[in-house]
Parts: sequence; C-alpha cells; structure tokens
Amino acid sequence: MSDNSANALVSFDNIGIEFDGRTLLSDINMTIHKGEIVTLIGPNGSGKSTLIRTLLGLQQASSGRIQRHAQMRIGYMPQKLHIDPTLPLSVNHFLGLVKGVKKQDIPAVLARLSISKLAHKQVHYLSGGETQRVLLARALLNRPSLLVLDEPVQGVDVNGQIELYNLIASIRDELGCGVLMISHDLHLVMAKTDTVVCINQHVCCSGSPQHVKEHPEYQAMFGVPGAEDSIAIYSHHHDHVHDEHGEVTQNESHAHCNH
Amino acid sequence: MFDLLFRALLGGLGVAAVAGPLGAFVVWRRMAYFGDTLAHSALLGVALGLLFDINLNLAVIVLCVGLALILVTLQKKHIIATDTLLGILAHSSLSLGLVAVSFLDNIRIDLMAYLFGDLLAISQQDLYWIYGGGFIVLALLISFWKPLLAVTVNEELAKVEGYPVEAIRLLLMLLVALVIAVAMKIVGVLLITSLMIIPAATARKLSRSPIQMASVASLLGCLAVSGGLLASYQWDTPAGPSVVVCAAVLFLLAYSLPLGRAKA
Repeated sequence: MSDNSANALVSFDNIGIEFDGRTLLSDINMTIHKGEIVTLIGPNGSGKSTLIRTLLGLQQASSGRIQRHAQMRIGYMPQKLHIDPTLPLSVNHFLGLVKGVKKQDIPAVLARLSISKLAHKQVHYLSGGETQRVLLARALLNRPSLLVLDEPVQGVDVNGQIELYNLIASIRDELGCGVLMISHDLHLVMAKTDTVVCINQHVCCSGSPQHVKEHPEYQAMFGVPGAEDSIAIYSHHHDHVHDEHGEVTQNESHAHCNH
Repeated sequence: MFDLLFRALLGGLGVAAVAGPLGAFVVWRRMAYFGDTLAHSALLGVALGLLFDINLNLAVIVLCVGLALILVTLQKKHIIATDTLLGILAHSSLSLGLVAVSFLDNIRIDLMAYLFGDLLAISQQDLYWIYGGGFIVLALLISFWKPLLAVTVNEELAKVEGYPVEAIRLLLMLLVALVIAVAMKIVGVLLITSLMIIPAATARKLSRSPIQMASVASLLGCLAVSGGLLASYQWDTPAGPSVVVCAAVLFLLAYSLPLGRAKA
C-alpha cells in the first residue's frame, strides 16, 4: 500500500464486528487509495461480505471506526440481483432508478460496457454475465470515486471472468477511482490487482498479490499454488461445492465448461 | 335507485383506481399477507370508533397505521417468523374486533356490511372520504414513485445510493393502511386485499414496465367494479363479492388467453 494518506479514500481503523455474541471480524486495519484496486480474499464465512457491508453502511461496526474521504461516492455492485418475477422491469428502467441519474447518461455507460443491446431487455431474462455487467453499469451511474464489488465475476465462465477483470481495471484507469472487490480466487484476479488483503476473521496477510501468495497463512488456507492450471480453476469452484475434493470437483469443472 | 347505483359505482371506481397501483407494490414486495392482516384489524378500528364515538374512517386509519408500526417493530426483533406473526395478529385482531362489537349493546351494527362490504350503502360523506383519501394516496404514489420503486427493486442498492429506505418502507405501509380504511366500505375487511392483488396480478400478464402494470391494474380494478355492480344489479347478488368474482374472472381470462406480452 502507498504511504500517501492524502490519496486515501477510506480507512478502516481497528474495525471489529460482533453478531449474536459471535466475533465475525476483529482488528481490521486497511486503507484504500485513489486509483488502487484492492482485492479481499478469504474462505466462506471469513467476514469479507460483512466488512463490505459495514463500509456501505448496511451494517454497524461494534468497535473501531471507518474514516471516509469527504467527497467519496460509492458505486456498489452486489453479488446477485434478485427481482421479483412479478415486477416487469427493463434494463433501462432498472438503471434509471439510480438516485439523481439523468436518463441521457445511461446509453454511454451501456456502450462502455458493450451491453447497449440489452437496454430494452427484461432483467429476468439476463444471463449471469449480462447481469454482472448491468449491475456494474448501475454502480458506475452513481458516479463513484470508490467501486465496491462483491464477487463481480460470480456466475461467469473463466474467459468472461478475465474479461470482466480487465474491464474493471480499465474503468479504474479511466475514472481514477479506487476499487474494492471480493474474490474467492486469487489466480485470475491477481494480474489486475494492486493490493490483496487476505481475511479470515482478521487480516491474515496483505500486500502485493505475489507477496500474499507466498505467505504461509494464505497457503494454509488456499494451498500452495500449483504448477497446473487446473488447480487454479479448481480453487475457484472450491467454495461452491463446499469441501469436496478430487474427482468430484473435476467433474464439477467439466460441467461448467460444457455449460 | 339510480342515484344509489351511481354513488356505488362512483365509490367503487374511486377505490379501484387507487387500489390497483398500490396493489402492484403489494404484489412486488410480497406484502399480500401483510395487507390482509391490516384489513382484518380494521374491524377492531370500527368497534373502537363506535365505542369512543370518533369518525370510523379515522379510527380505522389510526388502528391500521398503529398495527403496521407494531408489526415492523416485532419483525425487527426476529421473535418468530413473519408469516406466523402476521397470522397471529390478523386473527387475534379480527376476533378482538368481533368481541368488541358484541359489547356495543346500544348500537346496532351491520357486521356483514363491514366484513364483506356494502357498496350500495355508500353515502355522500363516504364518497368524500374515498376521493379525498384516494387523491392523497395517488399524489404520494406519484411523487415518491422512483424511491418507492428503487426500494422495492433492491433495498441495499437503494440505501447505498442514498434513498431513505426506512422512511420509504414506512410510507408504503401507511399508504396500504389508508387504502384499506377507504376501501372497507366497498368490499369489506375480508375482501379488501383481493381488490389490490387480483387486478395487479392480472396486469402483470399485460405489462412490460412498472408504470404500465400500475395503470393497467387501475383500469382492471375499475372494470371489475363495473362488472360486479352490473351483476349485482342484474341478479341481485351481494355487491362486494360480485366485484371480487369479476376481478378473478378477468385474472383467469388474462392467464388463459394467448396474450403473451410479458415475454421477453
């Protein structure tokens, strides 16, 4: 992380979160700067989403504080979009709901994300990858100085994931905004990440992707990075199929390829 | 006679026009059971109104809003599942209402009229309530349309973007309470939710945008009221239930005819 505190968008100071007497997070210290891409990584239930929800004001921290830059605006991309099927809603309508958005701003954002043709499509008929881009469009329409992305590549195939990460990085370059995202898997995201923070109730390790990858705590959680690419793909699907190993997961990733 | 029917039609149309768009929100947010609970409690409002000699519409509004607030508070505490909580409140408040009514020895009250509506007994004063209340509800719906819709579509996104989510949610409950109070005379406490839900559900099949669904629901509600009243006049059937039957027939028609506009 850079020492330049004037560029800090948001800093977490000793954040701790308890829920029902259970400690979800403790002593989280972290800073996100302008133009920096920070990736949160950690196993299921490690508190990644909780930390993001605290930043968004959807949840209260039990201790510590979050210092926000006065002019910080957050564009938030949730993990999923569930809209009741009884609600007829086109992509244009959905994006028009952003507070204070101007109708004429929508086409440019759609074009930037190469989804102009989706403008009149009903949200219920979007594929996984299309949904992610529409959600990203909504986040961008909020004119963010910080993009917060909760597993932005969920439900997207590997090629699509790389494409999305490239897109996020180029948007960062264009807007100069900070990016905070959650990821399950470091391998695909690492080329486009400045800082990785590995979380499991506390900050296990943080720094450059290479540094984190070699850190013993990271390796204890995610395994030593193997030479074969198949391992990398496997580790992405790891959390979705819970703790199964070996052949089962192999089948699992084949199923995804054939999809 | 004509005067009577005309007033009934005017009242019914006024209620249906407002119940439609609000019903759309009830359907989108899956608040049907919530609406039912408020409606059931309206009878208690009537009993209390008579007991303390205050305007019945006002008594019902106050009780519905009070109950809505209690519901929200209890919901936050996560004591029991929401549907169980609603079931408890709906039926205990209805029973409490019936018990309270039985204490009113010196006042004769037509229980059936409150339970199932008495469209043909609408007075001039009722019309003022319907159109006054209806106007307020519509005005609020229109001026808060975008925040209401944003909160309905995704509360978390709405909150991050700076919408006052809690206040909007409360506003919606308030509107439902208002409509119930105003519509009670038409279809009665047991049938009010149907006037909100059935036209909205029918409209879903015919619409491609939220505004379209809300307006179509309004129109379908008016159609159901006209048809129900006509049937009631023709065959001497009870007016409130006839309106609901008519709405249900429209629903069945919309979903069995090959209209398919809701597809992508």
